[in-house]
Order: sequence, then C-alpha cells, then structure tokens
Amino acid sequence: MRRPQFILWVILFITVIAMIIVVPQTSIKFNLGPYKIDRTLHPRVISINAGPLRLYKDFRTRLGLDLSGGTHLVLEANMLGITSDDRDRAFASSVQVVERRVNLYGLAEPIVQQAKVGDSYRIIVEIPGVANIEEAVALVGRTAQLTFWEEASDSAKVATPSSYRDIYPVQTNLSGKNLKKANVSFDPNTGKPAVSLEFDQEGAQIFEQLTGRNIGKTIAIFLDQDLLSAPQVNEAIAGGQAVIQGDFTTQAAKQLSVALNAGALPVPLTVVEQRQIGATLGSESIQKSIIAGAIGLFIIGLFMVVNYGFLGLIADVALATYALVTFALFKTIPVTLTLAGIAGFILSVGMAVDANILIFERMKEEMRWGKDRLTALTLGFDRAFPSIRDSNISSLITCAILYWFGTGIVRGFAITLAVGIIVSLFSAITVTKTLLRLVYKH
Amino acid sequence: MNIIKNKYWFFLISGLVIVPGLYGLIRWGIRPGIDFTGGTLLEFKINPQQTVNNNEIRQLVNGQNIEVGSIQSTGGNEFILRLKPITKEEKEKLTSAMIDKYGQVDEERYETVGPTVGKETTENAIKAVVVASVAIIGYIALAFRKIPKPYSSWKFGVAAVVALIHDVLVVIGIFSLLGHFYHVEIDGLFITALLTVMGFSVHDTIVVFDRIRENLRKMGGAPFAQIVNDSIVQTLTRSLSTSLTVLFTLFALLLFGGESIRWFVVALLVGIASGTFSSIFNAAPFLVVWDEIS
Repeated sequence: MRRPQFILWVILFITVIAMIIVVPQTSIKFNLGPYKIDRTLHPRVISINAGPLRLYKDFRTRLGLDLSGGTHLVLEANMLGITSDDRDRAFASSVQVVERRVNLYGLAEPIVQQAKVGDSYRIIVEIPGVANIEEAVALVGRTAQLTFWEEASDSAKVATPSSYRDIYPVQTNLSGKNLKKANVSFDPNTGKPAVSLEFDQEGAQIFEQLTGRNIGKTIAIFLDQDLLSAPQVNEAIAGGQAVIQGDFTTQAAKQLSVALNAGALPVPLTVVEQRQIGATLGSESIQKSIIAGAIGLFIIGLFMVVNYGFLGLIADVALATYALVTFALFKTIPVTLTLAGIAGFILSVGMAVDANILIFERMKEEMRWGKDRLTALTLGFDRAFPSIRDSNISSLITCAILYWFGTGIVRGFAITLAVGIIVSLFSAITVTKTLLRLVYKH
Repeated sequence: MNIIKNKYWFFLISGLVIVPGLYGLIRWGIRPGIDFTGGTLLEFKINPQQTVNNNEIRQLVNGQNIEVGSIQSTGGNEFILRLKPITKEEKEKLTSAMIDKYGQVDEERYETVGPTVGKETTENAIKAVVVASVAIIGYIALAFRKIPKPYSSWKFGVAAVVALIHDVLVVIGIFSLLGHFYHVEIDGLFITALLTVMGFSVHDTIVVFDRIRENLRKMGGAPFAQIVNDSIVQTLTRSLSTSLTVLFTLFALLLFGGESIRWFVVALLVGIASGTFSSIFNAAPFLVVWDEIS
C-alpha cells in the first residue's frame, strides 16, 4: 500500500479537475468594500490545434430529449421491393438520406442511428429543440428523389446564379427509378476510384439522348435539394452503363454511390414510434431533480454523522468527492442525461454510502472485540470488502442486462447507475481509507 | 432476538403483503402502457380560463372519428388522452379542433408507439427478467463456492432468488392494485425499476449471506439454525442502514423530483423496502427451512 500522503494528493488532483469540469455557466458578481468581482465562468473547452496534435473536447452537459424537449422518431424501412442482396446497401442509403435531411434543418445536434432488430431495418432519429418539428418529421419520412438536370441553354443563362437550380434549370425525364444501381469501381488503367452507374432499359435510352445533347457540357445529379455531382459529358453514352470519374478518394466515391443508391433503391419509410416532449416540462424536471438530489445528499450526510460521528464526517467528504467526480465523468464521457438517468445518479449516491456503512459497522465490531483503532480500520476494510465487491457486482450485472435489452431512456439509466457504482467503489474505499489512515496516524 | 424461531410469522407477513397483490393480478392484471400495447398518448393543457370536463373531450375526439381509449384529468385543465395509434395528420386535425373550441391548447407530450415495437418491448422485458434471475443465481453460486461442506453454494443462490421473486411479486402486485384503482400504467421505466430492485435485493441478501459464510467457518460445530440467526442479528444494523440511505434518496426524489418519473420512484421505493425485508426475514430463514427438510 503506497504512502497515504501520495494517494491523498492524487485524490485532491482528481477532485480539483472534477470541479473545473463540473462548473456550469455562471456569472459571479459581488461588491465587497473596495473589491468588485464581475466574471462569467464558462464551461471548460479543450481546443488544441498544434501541428499534428488536434484535440477538441467540450464539457457541456448533454441532455436527453425528455429534459431538453424535442422529438424522438423511429422509422422503419419497408424492404418489400428490394432483393435481399441489396437490402444492406439500400438501408445504408436511406440512413444517409435521413441524415442529410435532418442536418438540413440546422437544428442543434440531431442524432441519427441505425438499428437492425431481427428482420426489421430501423432508423432512430432524435431532434432536440421544438421549432419546426412537424416540418422536419414530414420531411424526414419522405422517399428520396434522385433527379437529373441539364444546364441552361445559352440564351437562358443567368448572369449571376444564386443557386445550383439557376445553373441547371432544365429537368430531364431521367430519375432515380431508372437507375438500377451505383457502385464504386476502379479505373483499370490508373486504379483510381470512380463511380459506375447502371440504368434500366428506359433509362439507357433517355441517357443516350441526354448525353448526346450535352457533349462538352455538364449534367447535374440532384438528390432532393442537394447537388450530388455534375460530371462533364465527353461523348454520347449508349447501353446504360456510365462512369463518373474525377479526383475521388475511395471514401468520396463510396459516399457518392451510397447517395445515388438512395435514389436507385428507394425505401419508403414509416414512422413506427414518435415521442414529442415540450421544453417546459424538461427544464422544470431538471430543477426538481437538482433539489431532490441536494436534499437527498444532505439527509444522508446528516445520517452518517449522527450514526458514526467523526467517521461519518469523513464519509461525507468522500461522498462529496464521489458526487463531483461522477458528474464530471458524465460530462467527459459524455453521458446523455435523461430524467431516469438523473434518478439513477441520485440512487447511486444512496448506494455509495453503503460501502462506508459496511466498513464502519465492521470497524465497530472489531473494536468491540478488542482491537485498537488502526487495526480495526484495516480489518474493517479488508473484511468488509468481499461483501462490498459481491453486492456491487450483482448490481452491475443488472445494469448490463438493462443496457442489453433496453433502449434509449432505459440505457441512460443503466449507464448512469453503472458509472455511479464504479466511482462509488473508488470513493468509498480509496478515499475514505486514505483520509482515515492519515487522521489516525496523528 | 430470535428471528429464525419466528420464521413462520415472517413468512406469514410476507404472505399478507403478497396475497392482495396476487389477487389483483389474477382478477385485474396490470395496466400495460403504450410502450407495450402500442397506441398514442397525448398530454395537453387547455386554456385555463375555460371549464372543460372529460365528456366534452370525449365527444370532441369521437367527432374526429377517433376511438378514445381513456381520458385522464390531472387537474388544472390538463388531460392525458390514450388512443389506438393515430397518424400525425389525425392528431393535427384533433388539435386544431380543440384550439377552435377552447382558444388555447398546449401540447405537453405526444407519443405514438406502433404495435410491433410494443410487442418487442414486452418480449424483451420478460427476457431481461429471466436472464437477470439466472445470472444472479449463477453469480452467487460462484461467489459463495467456498462454502464449507456440507452446505452447497447453489442453495444460497436459490435462496437469494426466492427472496428476489418475492420482491418482484410484491412490486407487480402493488402496481396491479394501483393500476386498477388509480389507473397507473406500466411502462418501460417500470421494468427498469423491477430489474434495479432485483439487483438491489441481492445486494442486501449478500450482506447477510456473507456473514453466514464467515460464521460457518468460525462456529462450524453449532447447529445451522443458530449460526444463521446469529448472522442475521449481527448484520441487522448494517442491512437496515444501507437500505435506509437509499430510501432517503428515493423519498427526496418522490417528494421533490419530476412528475414523469413519479411512479418509477414509487416502484423503486416499494421494491427496495421489500428487498430489505426479504433479505433479512425470507432469504436466510429459507435456507434454514431447506436445511431442515433435507
């Protein structure tokens, strides 16, 4: 066991860092005689941009939808029209389409996740904030439209185009339903990545005419409102097979082919689950939870001191460290806090003292059996440890099961509880033991 | 204090708590929320200057050709409406109709769950409970494998799970009664509470079992019943204290915490209180009874 002073410094260091991380945005203003303080504390942000070392980490508290207000959607992709080979590809495309659309709205931090459950392909969308929700939801569920457009004829050219649509005002008959699929291919000569397109019969004919009319010009491919690509036509292309070449990286080629497939393998999406939470409900809940947590902490603190006197006080200090470090961890990992997650945190505070109680009760017993204080301390910790370890592991097992079988809010609870339990093991054992050893030595 | 001698009294107390719940379960079942059945939940607040009652709302909804599952009034012109799943367009029409009639309507919450998702949630919930029980028996058997013969560690595992099942039954039973008399529904969070209670119930039981293990080594010759009783008495304070701290935080949450997790916290409170009782008065005595029988 390393010297307790060293460990104490480590603990203090961790605590101070935790305090820095935890500080929310607050302004401090007060006048005291000749001293005047007026500062705003901001949450810390780490931003390092020095040569090869790039690091950006911000320590905001991430709030789940039930606290920030917003919409939670689960969309299910209807794969009936798609052969099973193409399904994964079609799904990847539809996820990309949904992402583009959600980002289009410029809403803060939307989350789009894939979820394949058995045979169902699902997309989970979370949009925090309440403005324009209905529009966003309507937009998100629509099937993607892939369209091909020609440049304006010389006489109709707009002098100062303000959007891509000005440059390419002429829509053609060619659309996503004519595109069978798009693939990443590699030029046989240069090995460079390119995107190959395959049209159906009708599409091949239209494409031949289209390319014939536009030799030397470019043709624009739009997915919904986004311009995907505007390749130059070098010759008329018959047969329905075309290749878009350019300075693609493999990654960029892949992205383009995925986007093109969204139009080629359109997947209708239905909303199977939708939850909308108003924002006022959320902020009230946060306030109430903070109050509840504070009151809970206070009562426990009191209980420990009443029952165990000085030992209890030390345990309270350890408990305060625990709360700080855990919350700092939530900000760092980061863990998205939901109301249930906060409840999990508060619950783990109640459970955090358990270890201390077991140790202290054991110490009382050992002293009753005649041991001196320092020995009772060591024995108390050692003998109580198996109980502490076993009981916390069983709680962690249930957290794991909750995480595995649960979704969204349930997982949030499982994570906060698990993080809380792990940190509580550290604080109850290491922190309390160190503090007590130092105290008893004097 | 002889707990073991009075073990049948304590089994009786457990029975008294469980039986009404079981009756409720058999007679009325529990009220599954839309998380399990699928459906739509609409929580809204109507212009406080109007007087509105449930029947008016019902008529309005029916007027839109929507079938009403239930209407709950939570005071202050706030209502919770439960329906079969409706589309967004239907909901928009309904809200417009309400605004036309009452002037101002604030939508607090709108949740729609399709029936397949509901079914999956139910299946997952059952699987989770079963897996948790098995995992816990396994873990305790593992942790207590060094029990001196002739006692087997499996018995400890099973005893812990029996106490656990007791707690689960208490919570489900109480929520069946709450469901019937106060229209309280079960949702995903309820299952979460149940699993947390299971984990915590074992937490507590292990404290007692640990002491029994230690005493078995120390007091090998003495009769099993006596060893168990001594263990329980020795650990009484700490079992109660550890549970008390958790119950304090839960009470704080109940009184001062947010509305939407209210029943979640109640489920946890009931479960953990029951868990404490079962660890002390059910799990260990069960071991004794099993020992006496074999």
